[in-house]
Amino acid sequence: MISALKILLLSDRQADRVVPPTGHTAWLTTFTAAAMTFLAVFALALSLASGRLAARWSDALANTATIRISAPPDQMKQQTDAVLAVLNTTPGIASARALTDDEQRKLLSPWFGPDLPVEALPLPRLVEVTEDDAGYDSEGLRQRLLAEAPGAVLDDHTRWRRPLATAAARLNLLGGLSILLIAATMAAMITLAANAALAANAQVIRVLRLVGAQDDYIAAAFVRRFTLRSVAGALIGAGLGMIGVALLPPVDEAGGFLTGLGFQGAGWLLPLVLPPLAGVVALFATRAAAFRKLREVQ
Amino acid sequence: MIAFDNVAYNYGGGELLSEVNLRLAPGSFHFLTGPSGAGKTTLLKLAYAELLPTAGHVTIFGNDVRSLGRNDVALTRRRIGVVHQDVQFLDHLPLAANVSLPLTVSGKQGNPRDLSDLLQWVGLGKLADALPPSLSGGERQRAALARAIIMGPDVILADEPTGNLDWEMSLRLLTLLAELNRMGKTILVATHDLNLIRQAKAQVAARVLRIRNRRIQLAGADL
Repeated sequence: MISALKILLLSDRQADRVVPPTGHTAWLTTFTAAAMTFLAVFALALSLASGRLAARWSDALANTATIRISAPPDQMKQQTDAVLAVLNTTPGIASARALTDDEQRKLLSPWFGPDLPVEALPLPRLVEVTEDDAGYDSEGLRQRLLAEAPGAVLDDHTRWRRPLATAAARLNLLGGLSILLIAATMAAMITLAANAALAANAQVIRVLRLVGAQDDYIAAAFVRRFTLRSVAGALIGAGLGMIGVALLPPVDEAGGFLTGLGFQGAGWLLPLVLPPLAGVVALFATRAAAFRKLREVQ
Repeated sequence: MIAFDNVAYNYGGGELLSEVNLRLAPGSFHFLTGPSGAGKTTLLKLAYAELLPTAGHVTIFGNDVRSLGRNDVALTRRRIGVVHQDVQFLDHLPLAANVSLPLTVSGKQGNPRDLSDLLQWVGLGKLADALPPSLSGGERQRAALARAIIMGPDVILADEPTGNLDWEMSLRLLTLLAELNRMGKTILVATHDLNLIRQAKAQVAARVLRIRNRRIQLAGADL
């Protein structure tokens, strides 16, 4: 690691000059680094957004529960009062309240429109329950509700929350995995480009060995060049990627996941880590390729 | 300087050199002759560790080449100047940069005046900025000689250095090698040009070695 960094930092311009400056590998390396970093910016945005989403879904649903009361209209008020009475005497419940007709209308408006005559429909009454930090005994509460209000059903959101949180966590994992795959692909592409450059400069390597150049010196000329090209390409890719993410629609609560696909606050600094990372990937990929090739020349 | 003890070299298709014993003493001048394919180039490559012997020992500056790591080989070559018939340069660099390449790769800062003097000495003073592809065969050989000696090596190995040159240019190169030998350099020249060897004997006290039947022997009065 230290010798690799020395190669990058201490190479002199004379050492750089011994390798011919032109060739298709120059733009290939820069283009590869730019394209891969551009994709990595989006993978990073995806990973961060899915992480935020998982946290939001978990937090939003973790401390709440809903009780659905299905009863004939003439018993609805009586059962609702009974449910609230049970909840008021249940340890672990911070607050409980029945949703108003207006609130229920709002909940249903995405499906039935804003003018739904809630009072004319046999809809169940919903009671929103907020638990305190200690939490409540859900099984005990179900038993008590069954006894006091037979039409009441407790939904603690577990069956909704778990798959949503799992899906978000998987998306987060996929985002991280994508970044790793992108880094591996970039390393492979740069290795191929470095191999091509080393093969094209076989005569240069033979001459340098003949006049007494050590492997570190010869490798440095290639490593430094490929690393700097990769960093330059990655800077371009990261810049374009950040512009692309910035141009996505702004975060909108109703828009859901896609409009949240971006960076927030200090998160905008994270893509700037990618160019140095691309440089490290290029440095080690080129160094490995160079020493492998040099071992073929006595 | 360089010693061969019972050295053999096998290319895989048979033995090319066998039981080669040779001592290059400091300040000596040797010619190595023999027909094409006899193994002259192979012997020179063994002498600067581009090849390793399949049997026996090659010792360079007191070190067995088999014990040298890659970096040791590089350091050893800084003390050996090599001139090939098909000399290779870095075509994108001007002649002056090519000649001073051994200094560059050693991390040494050459004196521009010394470089200029060296180019003058080999008759290339006006071509310092020329690119290698634009040089003639004779100019390339003299540039190779300049590159070989810029580090002040102890030994100079030349493989058919006059192979592409006319007689006048061959004599000029020979004179340069003789001058270097008078400065104390150890020189080994592989050539099949017997006229060149005869001409050289008038200038330096050279021993002539011949490769025959895979073995090396001292050439007799027929030269």
